[in-house]
Amino acid sequence: MRRFNLNLWLGGVLTLLVITGAVFAGYLTSLDPVFDANLMHAEEAPNGQFWFGTDEQGRDVYTRVLYGAQISLTVGIVSQIINSIIGLSLGISAAYWGGWWDDFVNGLTNVMLAIPSLIFALAIMAVLGPGLPSLLIALGLTNWSWTCRIARSSTLSLKGQGYVQAAQTLGYSDIRIMATQLLPNMVGPILVISTLGIGSAVLAEAALSFLGLGIRPPFPSWGSMLTGARELIVVAPWAAVFPGLAIFITVLGFNLLGDGLRDYLDPHMRTRQ
Amino acid sequence: MLRFTMRRLLQMIPTIIAVALLIFVIFSVVPGSFASSLMADGKTASDPELLARLNEQFGLDKPVYIRAWEYLSGLAHFDLGTSFRTREPVLDVINDRIWASLKLSIAAMVFAIVIGVPLGFIAALRPGSVLDSITMIGAVSGLSMPQFWLGLLLMYFFALVLGWLPSFGYGGGDLKYLILPAITLGVTPLALLARTTRAGVLEITNEDFIRTAHSKGMSNSRVIRWHLMRNVMVLVVTTIGLQFGSMMGQAVVIEKLFSWPGIGSLLIDSVSIRDIPVVQGTILVIVLWFLLINTFVDIIYAAIDPRIKQT
Repeated sequence: MRRFNLNLWLGGVLTLLVITGAVFAGYLTSLDPVFDANLMHAEEAPNGQFWFGTDEQGRDVYTRVLYGAQISLTVGIVSQIINSIIGLSLGISAAYWGGWWDDFVNGLTNVMLAIPSLIFALAIMAVLGPGLPSLLIALGLTNWSWTCRIARSSTLSLKGQGYVQAAQTLGYSDIRIMATQLLPNMVGPILVISTLGIGSAVLAEAALSFLGLGIRPPFPSWGSMLTGARELIVVAPWAAVFPGLAIFITVLGFNLLGDGLRDYLDPHMRTRQ
Repeated sequence: MLRFTMRRLLQMIPTIIAVALLIFVIFSVVPGSFASSLMADGKTASDPELLARLNEQFGLDKPVYIRAWEYLSGLAHFDLGTSFRTREPVLDVINDRIWASLKLSIAAMVFAIVIGVPLGFIAALRPGSVLDSITMIGAVSGLSMPQFWLGLLLMYFFALVLGWLPSFGYGGGDLKYLILPAITLGVTPLALLARTTRAGVLEITNEDFIRTAHSKGMSNSRVIRWHLMRNVMVLVVTTIGLQFGSMMGQAVVIEKLFSWPGIGSLLIDSVSIRDIPVVQGTILVIVLWFLLINTFVDIIYAAIDPRIKQT
C-alpha cells in the first residue's frame, strides 16, 4: 500500500489555485490592475468592496494580486523551460560525446555554481535593464547547473545500456539517440528539479522586482507591489500582506509539488513506505 | 593535510579568474557607459567632445580585450579598479562596507544554528509527533517564504506596532539594529538546517552501529552523544558552510530592505548609478567569500571524516 502523498496533493492544489487565478484573472475581477486608480478610495482597509484593501493610488490590491500571478507564473515557467533546455542539452551532450566538450561543460557548470544565481541574475538585469524580456533571459540563463549535472550523470549511467548500443548499431544519429533514447529515461528527476526551479524563479523575480530591477511599476508584479508597500506600511499594512502571501503560496505550492513528485517517482522511497 | 589544504586553495584560482572574466564580459557589453549616463542627466547637452574626454578619463576608450587584460592583471595585485563615482579605489569602498555585511551574516548564522539544529534533532527523536510535524511544516514554509516580505512584516510588527526595536538603519553599530535583519536573513538557513539535521538523525538512527550500541546495553544518552551526534555533525557542518557561503548573496535584498550599510546595498546602489567597477568588485567579493567558505568546509570535512580521501 502506498502512503497518501500529502505533499503531492497539497502542492497540486496550491499550484492549481495560483494557475486558476492567473488564467481567469479577467473573470475574477471587474477592475483593471493599472488604470482603475481612484484617489477617493486610497489606502482603504479590506472591506466588502475591496477584499484586500487598496493602495496609495486607490487601486484594488485583490485585482493587482490576481494579475501579478500572470507575471510571476510567466517568469517562473518560461525561465525554467529555458533553464531545462540549456541544462539538458549541455548535460546530455557532454556525457555522450565526452572529451574536451565534457571538460568545457564541467568547467562552465562549476563557474555557474560558484556565482550565487540571484547575484548573477542581478548583474544581467543591470546590463539589460528592467522588464519582462530581461527577466526571462536573466533567470533563464542562471539556474541550469543542477539540471545539467543530473542530465550528465543520468546519461553516463544510461550510455552503456543495451538499447543505446542497439540504436548506435542501427546507425541512428547522435542527436536522435540523445532525444529518443536518453532523454525519455531521465524525465522523472528533471521534472522534480524543474518544479522546484519554478519556485525559486518566482522568488528571484519577486526579489529583483522589489529591488527595482525587475518589473517596474505600475505593472502589478508582486515584488514591485511590495516596494510600494514598504513606504505605506504604517498606513496600509494590507498592501504588504497580500502580495507577499501570494508569493508564499505560489512558492510553497511548487516546493511541495516538487517534493511530492520526488517521493512519487523515487522507487527507493516507494518500497520503503 | 597541509598539502590537501594547499591544493584545494590553488584549485580556486582558475574558478576566480573565470568568474572575474565572465563578470567583466557581461559588463563591457553594457549599452550606454557611465560617461554617457553622467551626461544624460538632462542638464548637459549631448556633447561628443565631452563624452570622448570622459571615456578617456575612465579608460573606456580602449578595446575590450585590453581592458579585460588590465582588469585581470590588476586583480592579481588586489587592485579592483577605481570607483567611477567617488574616484576611490574599489577595494577601499568595499572595505568600508564589508564589516557590516560580515556582522549581519554571522549574527544570522548563529541564530539559525542555535534554533535550527536542536529543533531538527528533537523532531527526529520523536518522528510523527506534533512537534515533528510543526517543525517540518515550519521548515518548508521558511524555505518558501520571500525573506524580504518576512522582514517587512517583522519590521511592521516589532518596530512600528510594538516599538520594541528600531525599524531600519545601522544605528552606529548598536546591536538593537542588528536583531531584525539578522532574524530575517537567518530564517532560510534555519529551515534548511532543521530539515537536514532531522533527515540526518533519522537516517543514522537506522544504521547498524546504533543498534549494536543499544544492544550492548549502552544508555540512550550515551548512544546519542557518542554515535549519533558525531555522525550527524558531518552533515550539519556541511550545510552550515554552504549556507554561510551563500549568505552574502542572499543578504543583498535584506540589506536594501533594512538600509543596512553592507556590500549588498553598495551593490544595488552602484547598479543604479552604473558604477561598474564597484559592481564588478562587489560581485567578485561575494563569489570569493562563497568559494573560500566552501573550500574551508571541504578541508574541515576531510579533517573530521577519515573516510574522505585526502589525495
